[in-house]
Amino acid sequence: MSTLFHIGQYFMLLRDVFSRPERLSLYWRRTLEEMDLLGVKSLGIVALLSAFMGAVITIQTKTNIDSPLIQAWVVGFATRQSTILEFSPTVISLILAGKVGSNIAAEIGSMRVKEQIDALDIMGVNSAGYLILPKIVATVLMNPFLVMISMFLGIFGGWLAGVQTGIVVSDDFIMGIQLGFKPFHVVYALLKTVVFAFIITTISAYHGYFTRGGTREVGISSTRAVVYSDVVILLANVVLTQLLLL
Amino acid sequence: MITVEGLGKRFGSVQVLQDISAVFHKGKVNQIIGRSGSGKSVLAKCMVGLHRPEQGRVLYEGESFHDMGLEEKRAVRQRIGMLFQGSALFDSQNVIENVMFPLRMFGTMSRSEMEDRAHICLKRVNIVDKDRLFPAELSGGMQKRVGIARAIAMEPQYLFCDEPNSGLDPQTSIVIDDLIREITEEFGTTTIVITHDMNSVMETGEHIIFIHKGRKWWEGDRDKLLRSDNQELNEFVFAGSLMRAVKRSLKEEG
Repeated sequence: MSTLFHIGQYFMLLRDVFSRPERLSLYWRRTLEEMDLLGVKSLGIVALLSAFMGAVITIQTKTNIDSPLIQAWVVGFATRQSTILEFSPTVISLILAGKVGSNIAAEIGSMRVKEQIDALDIMGVNSAGYLILPKIVATVLMNPFLVMISMFLGIFGGWLAGVQTGIVVSDDFIMGIQLGFKPFHVVYALLKTVVFAFIITTISAYHGYFTRGGTREVGISSTRAVVYSDVVILLANVVLTQLLLL
Repeated sequence: MITVEGLGKRFGSVQVLQDISAVFHKGKVNQIIGRSGSGKSVLAKCMVGLHRPEQGRVLYEGESFHDMGLEEKRAVRQRIGMLFQGSALFDSQNVIENVMFPLRMFGTMSRSEMEDRAHICLKRVNIVDKDRLFPAELSGGMQKRVGIARAIAMEPQYLFCDEPNSGLDPQTSIVIDDLIREITEEFGTTTIVITHDMNSVMETGEHIIFIHKGRKWWEGDRDKLLRSDNQELNEFVFAGSLMRAVKRSLKEEG
């Protein structure tokens, strides 16, 4: 019953979020600010994680398939496939759920407990739309760029680690990257990213928007936002993979 | 003028407000007083539409607020200014941006006109040369004054103040009380102040409603308040030693 209540309340919040904005220019300005805060400022962690994760994928693949029967280019091939299909869109989205999701829930939750959302409502502002819509637009636009950068850096990190440690020859790795490449896999990854960005932003905003109490509850909302975003991302990953790849 | 008719509100099994009826007059400081937890803030939140009452209705100039459509409600809300207990200034915006916010959202002014209007409002509450400061850099009293400036930026017809003196020293409280009274007279607003501060009641209370256990227990003005024989009201009003001294001197005067 409680789950149904939350699902209903979530969709009612979305209805308010997508209702007509009062002043488009103000929404647009807020969207640009959110693109910087939620997108550009996540670039560092995405770059760092992607490069190291690519390196680990390469080293682990090589150590686990070290057989004369397996061709040398397989390491590059496995690194590319793992990075494009799963690591960059899904793992990076899970990490962004932690960084961006908790930020959104904490910001909106603090505004709720400090009565700033009440102040917006009393002024006649659609508080849900004003606070949440720019964040949705920002993450849906920015996360695909972050994931593309992650794909590049993941594969580059793998190549660098492989060549520097001497476990793979550069030409073999590059051949593996190019072999049997399907552009649709990138499209699939970006589609997943857009859906995951929507999930992260709306679920986190929902938990922040309906925070009741004080600072302790803001912390609880923030944690819930990350946990529920992660669970829904993993469920959506299975559904989207079935729909798009099978 | 705001009219409340038979208002009732419950949260779960707890009946917070019961059958409250009152008329709040234009150009007057109307005060809702009562102990903590008596339901006065819930009453104010029902009046501005943040809570939906289960019984009764709230009429703005004769129009039932809760029966209005979304757009009509927004139009009424644009005529309401509200000062919150914690000021509720937007942390990410500086002083001038906070005051300009309702103008930018709903006004038709140019940027320079909006800045001029914001400066007039800030000057009215005696805040000058603080435009670029953020709320966290202001004292509690200054935050309240900026809150008042934001509330009057759109020249509201109705001004709600929720515990305007909470957390302020007595001198700053008097400054805020004076501002509320002056603004009510200047703009002719229907002002509703929720408070349990008896100093504030004595300073500004022209029309006072005492809420007790979710019901309207008493209604009158300052003079009647001091001479009332209502037991619950007297226990609330004369709880402090200063007010007891006032009571004693009134008795001595006969």
